[in-house]
Amino acid sequence: MYRAPVKEIAHTLNHVAGMKKALEEGLYGDLSEDLVDAILEEAGRFAGEEVAPLARIGDEKGAVLEDGAVTMPPGWRELYRNWCEGGWNALAAPQEWGGQGLPMTLAVAALEMWNSSSMAFALGPTLTMGAIEALDRHASEDLKKTYLEKLVSGEWAGTMNLTEPQAGSDLNALKTRAERSPDGTYRIFGQKIFITYGEHDLTDNIVHLVLARLPDAPAGTRGISLFLVPKYLVDEDGSVGPRNDAFCASIEHKLGIHASPTCTMIYGDGKYGDQPGAVGWLIGEENRGLACMFTMMNNARLAVGMQGVAVAEAAYQKALAYAKERRQGRAPNDKGADKGDDMSPIVSHPDVQRTLLTMKAMTQAARAIAYSCAHAMDMARLGGSETAAHWQERANLLTPLAKAFSTDIGVEAASLGLQVHGGMGYIEETGAAALYRDARIAPIYEGTNGIQAIDLVMRKLPQSGGDHVRGFIVELRETAERVRGANMPELGETASRLAAGIDDLEEATDHLLSLVADGKAESALCGATPYLRLFSLAAGATMAAGGAVAGSNADAARVARFLAENLLPETAALKRQVIAGEDSLLAAAGLLDVNG
Amino acid sequence: MKILVPVKRVIDHNVKIRVKTDGSGVDLANVKMSMNPFDEIAVEEAIRLKEAGKADEVVVVSIGPAQAQDVLRTALAMGADRAILITVDGTVEPLTVAKLLKGVAENEQPGLVILGKQAIDDDANQTGQMLAALLGWSQATFASRIDLGADRAKVTREVDGGLQVIDVRLPAIMTADLRLNQPRYASLPNIMKAKKKPLEQKTPQDFGVTVEARLRVLRTEEPAVRQGGIKVANTAELFDKLKNEAGVI
Ligand SMILES: Cc1cc2nc3c(=O)[nH]c(=O)nc-3n(C[C@H](O)[C@H](O)[C@H](O)COP(=O)(O)OP(=O)(O)OC[C@H]3O[C@@H](n4cnc5c(N)ncnc54)[C@H](O)[C@@H]3O)c2cc1C
Repeated sequence: MYRAPVKEIAHTLNHVAGMKKALEEGLYGDLSEDLVDAILEEAGRFAGEEVAPLARIGDEKGAVLEDGAVTMPPGWRELYRNWCEGGWNALAAPQEWGGQGLPMTLAVAALEMWNSSSMAFALGPTLTMGAIEALDRHASEDLKKTYLEKLVSGEWAGTMNLTEPQAGSDLNALKTRAERSPDGTYRIFGQKIFITYGEHDLTDNIVHLVLARLPDAPAGTRGISLFLVPKYLVDEDGSVGPRNDAFCASIEHKLGIHASPTCTMIYGDGKYGDQPGAVGWLIGEENRGLACMFTMMNNARLAVGMQGVAVAEAAYQKALAYAKERRQGRAPNDKGADKGDDMSPIVSHPDVQRTLLTMKAMTQAARAIAYSCAHAMDMARLGGSETAAHWQERANLLTPLAKAFSTDIGVEAASLGLQVHGGMGYIEETGAAALYRDARIAPIYEGTNGIQAIDLVMRKLPQSGGDHVRGFIVELRETAERVRGANMPELGETASRLAAGIDDLEEATDHLLSLVADGKAESALCGATPYLRLFSLAAGATMAAGGAVAGSNADAARVARFLAENLLPETAALKRQVIAGEDSLLAAAGLLDVNG
Repeated sequence: MKILVPVKRVIDHNVKIRVKTDGSGVDLANVKMSMNPFDEIAVEEAIRLKEAGKADEVVVVSIGPAQAQDVLRTALAMGADRAILITVDGTVEPLTVAKLLKGVAENEQPGLVILGKQAIDDDANQTGQMLAALLGWSQATFASRIDLGADRAKVTREVDGGLQVIDVRLPAIMTADLRLNQPRYASLPNIMKAKKKPLEQKTPQDFGVTVEARLRVLRTEEPAVRQGGIKVANTAELFDKLKNEAGVI
C-alpha cells in the first residue's frame, strides 16, 4: 500500500525547488519549515490510510450512470466528505474565500500524494481548483460571492468544458453557442464531450465552466467566451434552487481512472427549465474566454504533470515491495539466500535493481522539474514587477516539461513496475496493471504531450528572444559546477555527466532557436518531442544533483548519480534526433501518403 | 475541568525496527518518529470530552528531546489547547517520568490525567500506575470507555476475561486502551492554528527531579528469524508431526 514519501517530498521542496530559501526570506508569512513538515506529514497520512484503500474499489466498480445521475463507488462520498472536512480542498485557495492561501509549491506536493493514492479521486478536486482560480481572477464580484466559498470548502465541485467532438487539440473549431439574454445572463446550447466529473453525487451542486461562441463572435479562438453554468441554479440566499438545463447524457467506458466519470454534457436541450437554453453567466469579457483559460492553463498542466510523478511513485513502491517478497533464481551476490530458501528475492538481481532504480530516478527528475515549476509560479505571484516577469517566463518554460515529461515517465514507470511483477503484473489482483491503465490518460489530456513539445519549441524557447532559455542553461551549468565542487563521494562522476548532458541541451537549443528565428517551423517541429525529453533529462538530473548537494543528502545523491550515469547519457542520442532527424523523417513521411 | 495528557515521542509504528550492530539498543538514526499510538488515543479522548462539554481545557505534556515538540504540535493540531515540554536527552525510565508528571499535575491541578496504557517502544506499561501511586489518586487502567461525571467517573476496562466496569473518584489517572476510540486526523486549519498555541518549555530541575537511570540494559537483540513453513500432505502427517516433531500433542 502507498505510503507518502514525506522526506523525499520535503527534500525536493526545500533544496531543489527553493522553498527553504523562500521561507527564510519570509516570503510566505507565518509559514515555516516545521509547519510545512506537519502539513506534509498529515496529508501523507490521510492519503495513505484513507484514500489509497479506496482506489481498488474505485477501479473495480467505477462511476455508474443511471437516468442521468452518476453514482460514485462505495465509500467515495464519505471519503470525499472527510477529505473536505480536513480542509485539504482549500489548501491553496484564496483566504478571502475561506482558503488557506498556501503556496502552489505546497499544493503541488499535496496533489502528488492524493494522486499517488488514487488518481481518479484526486482528479475531481483538481478541476475544482482550476475553477476556483478562474473565478477568482476573472469573475465579477457577484459570481465570486455566490460560488467561491462553496467551491473552496468543497461543498460544490467545478468542471472544465472545452472539448467537443470536432474540437480537441484545436479549439478554433468550437461550436457550442451562447446567446445574450435581456436580463444580462446568457443561454448556452451545445454538446461537450469527455468532461471529467461532469456529473456525480459527491456534491450538492456542480459548477461547469463552459467555452462557447456568441452569435456575432469573430471566427477562431478570438471568438470564444467563458461561461459559468451551474447544474442547479442558485437562489438569492445561496441555497440550491431549480435544475438548470444541463445534463450528462452518457459516460465513457475507458482504459483507466474508472471512478472518474468522463461525461458527455448536453446544454440547452430543453430537458429542464421552461425557457430554451442552459442559463450561463459570463466570466471575464465577451470573446476573451480563451485568455481566461490561459491564465490557469499553466497550473492545470502542472497539476496533470503531478499525476505522472504520483503514479510513478506509487508504481515504484508497489514494485519494490513485490520484489522483496517474490523469490526466483539465485542472484550472483545474494547473501540472504541462506535464510531458509534456495531462491533469492528478485530484488537482489541486478536487472531488477536497474529497473527499480530507473523508476525511482525518473520519478525524482520529474518531481524536481515539477516542484521547481510550482516555485516559479509562486515567485511570479509574489515577486516585484521585474523579478515577477522573470519568474513568469521560468514557469512558462518549465510547464511543458512538467506536464509532458512527468506524464511520459508516469506511463514508463507504471509499465516497468508491472514488469517487475512478472506475470502477476498482468493480473489485476496486484494493482500494478491498474496504475498502468490510470497513467495512460495523462499524456493525452490537458494538451497532448505532442502539443506540449510544440509549445516548448515554438513559444517557450523564443521568450525574450531566446535569452530566458539561455539564462536557464547558464543556471544549470552553475549548479553542475556546485556539484563538481561538492565533497560528496556518493556523487561519483555525476558532475562530468551533467556537463555533457548540458552541452547536448545547449547545442540542440541553439539549433532549434535558429530554425525558429529563420521561420523554419517544420524543421524545428520534427525534433520537438525528442528535444522535450532531452531538455527534461538534463534539467531534471541537474536539479536532482544540485538538491542533493544543497541538502547534504546522501540518499538523494545516490539517486542523482544513478540518474546522471545511467539515464542521462540518452541525451546524446536525443540530440542527434533533434539536429539530424529531419531529413529521414520527411523522406519516410512519403510512406504515410498524407494526402491519400 | 482540566484534562492533562502526557504524550511520548517514539519510533513510528510503521518503521521496521533495527537493532544497533553492537547490541546496545535500537537504531534511531534517521528513523521516522511520531506520537505513541496509545497516547494519540488518549489525546483524542480528552478532546472528545472537551467537545462534549465535560472538560474545558486539554493540556498535553511531553518529556523527551527538543524534537518532542513535533508530537506536541501534533496533539495541538488535533485540538489540545496548550503544551508543556520538559526537555530531557537520552532515555527516561517510567519512574522518572511519573515523578515529573506528578510535578506537572501539582502545578496544573487537572481533574483527570489520561495516558496511553503503554508506549510502543519499551512496552513498559508502568507510568500511569506509578503516577497514581505517587499522587495517591484513583486509577483506571486499560480504559475502553470513559463516562465522565462531575466528581466521579465510570470506566470500562479491558481485562483478560472480558470487560470490567469500575467507578472512580476524581481526580483520577486513566490509561487508554486500543478500543477507546479512533483518533482523528488533524485538519489543515487546525495544523495552521497549532503553530500559534502556547508551548511552554521546562526542565526536570523546575520540578526538583533528577534524571537518573535505575535500570541497566545488558543487551538488545532482534527476534529470531521466522523459519519458513512446510506443507503437509494430509491430516495424518500433520498429527504425526505435531506429536513426534513438535511434541505438542
Ligand atoms: C478521460 C478523459 C478526460 C478528459 N477530461 C476533459 C475535461 O474535463 N474537459 C475537457 O474539455 N476535455 C477533456 N478531455 C479531452 C482531452 O483534453 C482531449 O482528448 C485532448 O485535448 C486531445 O483532443 P482529441 O481527443 O480531440 O485529440 P486530437 O486533437 O484529435 O489529437 C490526436 C493526435 O493528434 C495530435 N495533434 C493534434 N493536433 C496537432 C497539431 N496541431 N500538431 C501536432 N499534433 C497534433 C495530438 O497530439 C494527438 O496525438 C478528456 C479526455 C479524456 C480521454
